[in-house]
Amino acid sequence: MPAEPAPDRLAAPGAGTREIVRNEKLRKSFGDLEVLKGVDLVVEQGEKVVLIGRSGSGKTTILRCINYLERPSAGAIFVNGARIGRVGADGAERDMTDAEIAAARVEIGMVFQRFNLFPHLSVLENVTIGPMRVRGTPRAEAEAMGRDLLRKVGLEDKAGAYPERLSGGQQQRVAIARSLAMQPRLMLFDEPTSSLDPELVGEVLRVMRRLAKEGMTMMIVTHEMAFAEEVADRVIFIDGGVIVEQGPPGDLLRRPRSPQLQLFLQSVLERR
Amino acid sequence: MTALALPTGVDLHLYILGTLLAGAGVTVVCTAGALVLSVAAAALLAGLQSFGGVAARVCVFAYVEFFRAIPVLALLFILYFGLATIGLKMSPMPAAILGLGLNGAAYCTEIFRAGILAVPSGQSEAARAIGMRRWQVMRWIVLPQAVRIVLPALTNLAINILKNTSVASAVAAPEIMFLARNLVNETYLSPQIYLSVCLVYLLISVPMMKLAGWLETRVGVTAAKR
Repeated sequence: MPAEPAPDRLAAPGAGTREIVRNEKLRKSFGDLEVLKGVDLVVEQGEKVVLIGRSGSGKTTILRCINYLERPSAGAIFVNGARIGRVGADGAERDMTDAEIAAARVEIGMVFQRFNLFPHLSVLENVTIGPMRVRGTPRAEAEAMGRDLLRKVGLEDKAGAYPERLSGGQQQRVAIARSLAMQPRLMLFDEPTSSLDPELVGEVLRVMRRLAKEGMTMMIVTHEMAFAEEVADRVIFIDGGVIVEQGPPGDLLRRPRSPQLQLFLQSVLERR
Repeated sequence: MTALALPTGVDLHLYILGTLLAGAGVTVVCTAGALVLSVAAAALLAGLQSFGGVAARVCVFAYVEFFRAIPVLALLFILYFGLATIGLKMSPMPAAILGLGLNGAAYCTEIFRAGILAVPSGQSEAARAIGMRRWQVMRWIVLPQAVRIVLPALTNLAINILKNTSVASAVAAPEIMFLARNLVNETYLSPQIYLSVCLVYLLISVPMMKLAGWLETRVGVTAAKR
């Protein structure tokens, strides 16, 4: 586990270090329900972090706060050394504008449980719309890059197809290519295989494994324990909105210390 | 008009139909004008609803509730007779187009709102996640999908506006119903004349529905099966 952040380090930390994500005392409530109750978390460049925990434990919310799809109730998030969501010095702090948040999100790819491909666009257009509309990449260049990415996820022959014609596994691989097209420094995966038929899980995990090998910084919420054990540098167990336990997958998954994790792993094993 | 020179026999029926068809032109212009006004105003109102602050949303809400609640005829009388009393004299046609447009815009705003809401939230989340700004999400992701969703409802709106143009007869706009009533006064042949009125409305509305159906498949095709 990385060193605990010093409590007074609230001005953009991590500049010049290999830190990609830093959460400081992250809290998030939905109405009266407090989902995250103070999460401190640092992810370094190239690190693969897998978040596990029961549904409702807050692991998805952590990912959604990191790219500001959810606005944290308290605490601070830094991505690549820059605070996301709030800017300005103490006392003169303000919320980021729509444009500022959008610019910050370019660095952060996100893959959703339900793929969320754009149904009115072809596979290639799904991949190129980000570069073209957000980065202003010329069409020819964006399409060349898009085809490269589709080749990488094994779907170059589906470039002209529409999402509804693809299997869930293929859709998820397109979604990964769509995120990669923005050349992010960090990829967030929110249960990327949970809505797939079992026989389609492998093809998505293969793409993720390859991405991991290439050195992408990844934060993955998943119930695929074997995958976590194989790919993760660190597994973090979240329960009740706090980090209960974290460490290398071998230690954590084989020798859980907390009773909550023992219970959780038992229930996951029973489900298999 | 005078009843002295009325034709007889087949000529009379042709005279009736010819007169009504002349009114059809006015009806079509009135429908088209009101529809364009409805859609344009509703686009503006729906935009305010999506991007404006609380005050803007309250204003849009008030507009929609107010104009949906009052009868088109009452609105038309206010525009035509009411405004005239304070010196704003309008001709029948502009008054009719404005009245039907203001009323249609209220319904159309609701249609647009429902269409935007019908696009799953995961779509805008995915778009925001690749760095799109709110207007880009709307322009490139939500609206293209919403257009497909709202087309059938827009067709209904257009047909309703077409039929509602008959209230313009109350302010003497020379559309189908106004001419029909004149014909009845001239000839006392109300059954034939009002059946002919139905026929003329059908002659306008059926092609409108065909056009809408064609648009729906076209938009669907480019979106999903190109």
